[in-house]
Amino acid sequence: MKYKDYYAILGVQKNAAADEIKAAYRKLARKYHPDVSKEKDAEAKFKDVAEAYQTLKDPEKRAAYDQLGSYQPGQDFRPSPEWQQHFSDRHFSFDDLDLSDLFEAFGGGPGARRRGEPRPLRGQDYEATAHITLDQAHRGAEVDLDLSVPEYDERGFVQRVTRSFKARIPKGATDAQRLRVPGKGGKGLNGGADGDLYLNIVLEPHPLFRVNGHDLYIDLPLSPWEAVLGTEVDLPTLSGPVRLKVKPGTHAGQHLRLGKRGLPRPKGGEGDLYAIVQIVVPTVVGDAERALYRDLAERSTFNPRAHYAQELANATRTD
Amino acid sequence: MRLELTELYWLEEERELTLAELAELSGFSEEELRALKACGAIAPVDPEAEPPRFDARSIVAARTAHRLLVDFELDTQGIAVALALLERIGSLEAELREVRAQLPRRIR
Repeated sequence: MKYKDYYAILGVQKNAAADEIKAAYRKLARKYHPDVSKEKDAEAKFKDVAEAYQTLKDPEKRAAYDQLGSYQPGQDFRPSPEWQQHFSDRHFSFDDLDLSDLFEAFGGGPGARRRGEPRPLRGQDYEATAHITLDQAHRGAEVDLDLSVPEYDERGFVQRVTRSFKARIPKGATDAQRLRVPGKGGKGLNGGADGDLYLNIVLEPHPLFRVNGHDLYIDLPLSPWEAVLGTEVDLPTLSGPVRLKVKPGTHAGQHLRLGKRGLPRPKGGEGDLYAIVQIVVPTVVGDAERALYRDLAERSTFNPRAHYAQELANATRTD
Repeated sequence: MRLELTELYWLEEERELTLAELAELSGFSEEELRALKACGAIAPVDPEAEPPRFDARSIVAARTAHRLLVDFELDTQGIAVALALLERIGSLEAELREVRAQLPRRIR
């Protein structure tokens, strides 16, 4: 079992009063709680903070934790036989156990045997994140998930097990969607129902396509002469390239919609693909090209800033 | 042990839930859920209907509310305010995603 310094995690002294521990926890919870924080690794940090607080806020658990002794964070250790005799009437396989599992079960965890009729207890819900590519979201995907979770056996003893799932994600997944897998969470106890598995979908960024719901966006770079004269472009889509006709006089920022070329929707149908026009100019031009541009500049009557005229005239009058 | 999963449900598509089912899925008691419903933190499909029924989005809201209750020791009003703000942030982030998706990337 790896040692964790719960006091250091909360940033308090070992002799901290209960209200200091509470204040430190609340401050860190506001910073790292996954529902309110955008900090990097917030979830993992909050898990440590919550684990430390769950143990240190309970005087009995805190006393037992203090009696474990001091080790370096991450150092392997086993509670002494005296500690086990004094603090625990449970049997643990310490090799497969996290410190949090020890204290969760301590003094009567979910699997503890109590006097009287055992109460049915629903199994724990598990949450996992499935990172999938845009192509996987488009055609459906199978993803492998490994969850390390504490489980209680029939005798109520806790042990950490790895649950492996091969999840078949149906077509139509998109960013921030959730799937529920009923009954695939922790086992229920005393006749209680099994928990559920909640799967959060996260789409990996794509080099060309940007995602909004089930719609996709792609930049369509055009040269100035293609925008003026019109052209035909081979545009990549998730289901293969399509030939796109660009009308003469197309301007930058224009959205060209390709219906049903986005991601499939769970209830049927597809989102759309939007090609957003950008006018791109060459950074290096040869002498001949430069001469053509000069010729064009002299001949053209086009003024892209004609709408400035009134404002400029007003400014001149007030000077 | 490798487990084949065949039943995955889109949360958004699930059938409507009773108060008891929502309580079982969220960790709240039915009484606590009624208090959350009374202050508008969790909205039933039809506010007038009795017994109330909830759509699947309520599972996410109720589970978030339960985490906030346990982790921040919030009362019902505190949970209601936090949920309303989280929902507002969620819709602003969705708008931001939409705007960002439409912003052209720099093309070299």
